[in-house]
Amino acid sequence: MARRENPEINAGSMADIAFLLLIFFLVTTTMNVDSGISKKLSEKPPPDYVPPIVKERNIFEVNLNFRNELQVEGERMEIKDLKEAAKAFIDNGGGEGKVENGVATGPCTYCKGEKSSESSDHPNKAIISVLSDRGTEYGVYLKVQNELLRAYTELRNRLSTERYGISFDELEEAYKSDRENEALKRKVEDIKTAYPQIISDAEPTSSGN
Amino acid sequence: MSKFRKKKKGMPAVNTAALPDIVFMLLFFFMVTTTMRETDLKLEAPRLPSATEVKKLEHKSLVTTIYVGKAKDPKYGTGYNRIQLNDKIATADDVPAFIINSRTKVSEAEIPFMTTSIKADRESNVGTITDIRLKLRDVNALKISYSASKGDGN
Repeated sequence: MARRENPEINAGSMADIAFLLLIFFLVTTTMNVDSGISKKLSEKPPPDYVPPIVKERNIFEVNLNFRNELQVEGERMEIKDLKEAAKAFIDNGGGEGKVENGVATGPCTYCKGEKSSESSDHPNKAIISVLSDRGTEYGVYLKVQNELLRAYTELRNRLSTERYGISFDELEEAYKSDRENEALKRKVEDIKTAYPQIISDAEPTSSGN
Repeated sequence: MSKFRKKKKGMPAVNTAALPDIVFMLLFFFMVTTTMRETDLKLEAPRLPSATEVKKLEHKSLVTTIYVGKAKDPKYGTGYNRIQLNDKIATADDVPAFIINSRTKVSEAEIPFMTTSIKADRESNVGTITDIRLKLRDVNALKISYSASKGDGN
C-alpha cells in the first residue's frame, strides 16, 4: 500500500505555549529604570581640619525639625516658597566672587538679583546649608533637597538660554549623547562654574526623639 | 436553492497562522527587557519619594543598592528605619563591609564611578540616612543617589 501523504503537524497550540511564556515574562518583568537625586558626598576631613570661616551673608540656612517644619534664615516657610527664596539668595550677586586659581572672578555679571548687601556675594560663594533633625521624615528632607536643586536648575537654564540659546537640560542632554564634543563640554562646564551647586548637609541634631 | 447551499458554507475561518509569530515577537521583547530581581526584599517595598530633579542611574553594574524601610518580619519592629543589605537586615555598621564587598566585583579603574543608590521609604528618618551616609564617607563611597520616582514633587 502506498503510504499516505504525511499530514501537517497541528500548530494550533503553539500560540498557547507562546502565550504562556509571554505571560510569565510579563509578570516577572520590572522595567523601572533606577533614578534618583544624585549627590556627591564631601570627603572625610582630616582630624585637624579647621573649617574655613564663611561670612554669614553667604550662608543660606535651611532647618528642618523633627515635626517636618521648615525654617529658612530664621523664619518659618512653606516648602513651596523655598525655591524662590533659594533663587533670590543664589542670584543676589551683591559682592565679589571668590578667587579661583589666583584669578578673582569679580562681581557677578550675569546675576539678576537685588544685589543686596544682606544676601550672598556671588553664586560661587553662596552656600546652602541644610540642617535637619534625626527624626525628620526622609520624604520631606528629599523634597527640600529637590526644591534647592530646582532653584539651581532654573538659574542654570536661564543663563544657558541667554548665552547659548538652549536650556541647560538640553545642553547636558546633547553633551551626554556626544561626549567627544569639546565645544559642548566647555559650555556645560561654563554654566556649571557660573552656578555651582553648593549644598552642604550639616550633622543632624537629635532633639525631639 | 443554490442560495441555501452558499449559506451553509459559512464564513471561512480567520487565518491564525501568523498569531504565533506575533506572540513570539512580544515574547522576545519581554525576554530581552526582563531583569529578574536579584535580591528578595526583606522589607516592604519602599514607597519612594517623588522628585523633579531626578537623574537616571547609568551603568547598572556599578550601582549598589541599600534599602531602608519597614521590615516584613514584625520581629524587627514596625519602624521604617530598617536597613537591608544584600538579602538580610543589617545595621549601618555593616555598610562599609557591604561596600567593600561590592567593590570586589568591578575592576579597579571603575571603583570611583560606583554609585550607591539609597532606596528609602518616605517615612524613614533622616537619622538613619545620615548614619549610612557617614559610613559611606568612611569607605570613600562618595557618589550616592537618593532613589526617587520622577513626579511633580508632591
